[in-house]
Amino acid sequence: MSDRAWWASQDFWRKCAIFVTAFMAVVLIVLTFHTMDAITSGSGRVPAYAVINYRIDYEFDAGRNMYAPVIGEEAPLFGTLHTEDEARALVDLGKLTVQAKNCMNCHTLLGNGAYYAPDLTKAWLDPGWGNEQSRELLLTMFLTDPVANARTFGTRRRMPDLGITDEEARGVIAFLKWLSAVDTNGFPHGFETLPQGGS
Amino acid sequence: MAVAAGTLRAGFGAPADTAAALSAGQRLALKYFLAAMVLFLAQTVFGLLAGLQFIYPEFLFGVLDFNVNRMVHLNAMIVWMLYGFVGSIYWLVEDEAGTELVGAKLANINFWVLTAAVAVVVVVYLVVQVGSGTRASIWLINEGREYIEAPRWADIGIVVCMGVFFYNVAATFMKGRWSGISGTLVLDLIALAGLYLAGMFYTTNLSVDQYWWWWVVHLWVEATWEVLVGCIMAWGLMKTLGAKRRIVTTWLYIEVALMFGSGILGLGHHYFWIGTPEYWLALGGFFSALEPIPLVAMVVHAVYDAGRHGFRSNNHPALAWLIAHAFGNFLGAGVWGFMQTLPQINLYTHGTQWSSSHGHLAFFGAYTTIVIAFIYIALQKWRGDVWMSADLPDGGWKWKWALGLQCVGMLGMTMAMLIAGYEQAFVERAIGGSTWQAFFEGQTQPWFVQAMQWRMVFGIVMTAGLLLLFWDLLTIGRNETRPAKQVHAPEENRPAKA
Repeated sequence: MSDRAWWASQDFWRKCAIFVTAFMAVVLIVLTFHTMDAITSGSGRVPAYAVINYRIDYEFDAGRNMYAPVIGEEAPLFGTLHTEDEARALVDLGKLTVQAKNCMNCHTLLGNGAYYAPDLTKAWLDPGWGNEQSRELLLTMFLTDPVANARTFGTRRRMPDLGITDEEARGVIAFLKWLSAVDTNGFPHGFETLPQGGS
Repeated sequence: MAVAAGTLRAGFGAPADTAAALSAGQRLALKYFLAAMVLFLAQTVFGLLAGLQFIYPEFLFGVLDFNVNRMVHLNAMIVWMLYGFVGSIYWLVEDEAGTELVGAKLANINFWVLTAAVAVVVVVYLVVQVGSGTRASIWLINEGREYIEAPRWADIGIVVCMGVFFYNVAATFMKGRWSGISGTLVLDLIALAGLYLAGMFYTTNLSVDQYWWWWVVHLWVEATWEVLVGCIMAWGLMKTLGAKRRIVTTWLYIEVALMFGSGILGLGHHYFWIGTPEYWLALGGFFSALEPIPLVAMVVHAVYDAGRHGFRSNNHPALAWLIAHAFGNFLGAGVWGFMQTLPQINLYTHGTQWSSSHGHLAFFGAYTTIVIAFIYIALQKWRGDVWMSADLPDGGWKWKWALGLQCVGMLGMTMAMLIAGYEQAFVERAIGGSTWQAFFEGQTQPWFVQAMQWRMVFGIVMTAGLLLLFWDLLTIGRNETRPAKQVHAPEENRPAKA
């Protein structure tokens, strides 16, 4: 043992580095198992894909002191009720399209991505679509021909034509509807949804 | 390969005898550094294009859209920084291990395969751009996940190439000798390579997708990359200043303990809003708030060592960039990260230019700086282990201005984006409630518009600094006849363990 103080000892800090890293890694792994259970689709926080058969809203929850999704009465997407498998296939097509068209390098999803275009987390509920009746049509027209149906809100920033087909657009819309029902701990805060179901 | 090496020598002015005196790992490192600088230029060019599109949305619309420019901007950065790290490690591995590189030929082939793959990926990004909503698009064109857009075939290629790199490094240390620095480095490389696998799968569930996506992005950038540069920094301080091995190794262990102690669960600050349980708000907020502490330690360490040696280094440009690294890492990753890491604030700043501001200063401060420092260390040796301390023939104006212009350019861009982010947090988030209407109202406010213009101005300053840096790298030490200043006590700094 040298006469060096323990806190200046290389050996002490090497052991610290090893134990701290191992401990934190174990905690993260344990939490990962728990979190995976909590965010599997159909869990309390992340809905089953068949949620696209229902009306979704986003309201302030006084008990949690944050905004949270509210699943309402039946409101089938494109007028069709989907089984869980059909809904999963449609949302999957949407997710694949969102990745293949590189949406995330202009938009954010759950707040992650690029900051050139609006966040898509609650896009399904955005008041810009007018009302419940016009929403699906406007969304489809916008996605399939975004240049002709540009939504620039007074800016010159437009979405380019990404060659999205009608079928892919339906998938993307299903994906966005499902996404709007994910419990995001109140993000975004203060979001006012479009009028739905006579509200 | 021989032709390429000859071209390198002819172009960059290393005497043939000194170039030949470099070890196999060092010659390989130079190739990685050259490719890294080409990609750094690409990053800058595509950043300028994307920045211009904020001001002139019609610019290149339908030809090279913002999403393509931004993707190339980000991916070029990640790849050039990885090239810089790999180059730095190849540069130091033989010196640190006290033996020759185990698989030099394999490593050379690996470089060309990796570089060819990177070129193909970029061409596909630029020419094909997007695909149909099928798995084939994700495998062949672009995965569409920020930072790790590389298609799956390239992911697999990257893992294989990193495997070859890892084998070379680990086997060289095994053949030679181990030290605290090399042991930490090898363990860190295992974690770094393993974490990349967490991003190589597809799932419909976006919450699960982003959970694992952050394992790659955060645990690389805010944990394993930081430790990797800690190892490189430790070796760099020994070489440029003659700092004592015992001191730098002890500091390295302290930094690893603090970095992983805060950074592993600091991952939770990305789990506030992606569907994950509420406990992440507390865990992520608390541990990520501790993340600046190791970065403070790194500043103390670097400044202490530099001050202890009276700033008498054998390589002034490298030391200056190492000091820039210590402060840039602390400011960009530490202070700018801390600003918005608590969930109460992040609720309003998440996904605004505030994040962009943090990202720019953090990557520059933490990683650009140290790779450039290492390139200076390499060039000094390559040009014949020549004098690079004070009293350079031209007063060293080129490296000083390159450093100054890049730091001013980056700080200016960072401040502009921070102001834009503040404005977004107020107008779009707090007042507007984050609707699309609110987003565009935020984007058209004068504070935002002017911030984007200032960002371009400082982006051009940064680019001027980069071009000057290239000029300096091509010329520094070329006609120098004085030998490098001797600064260290080699006996003391040799790793103790055989």
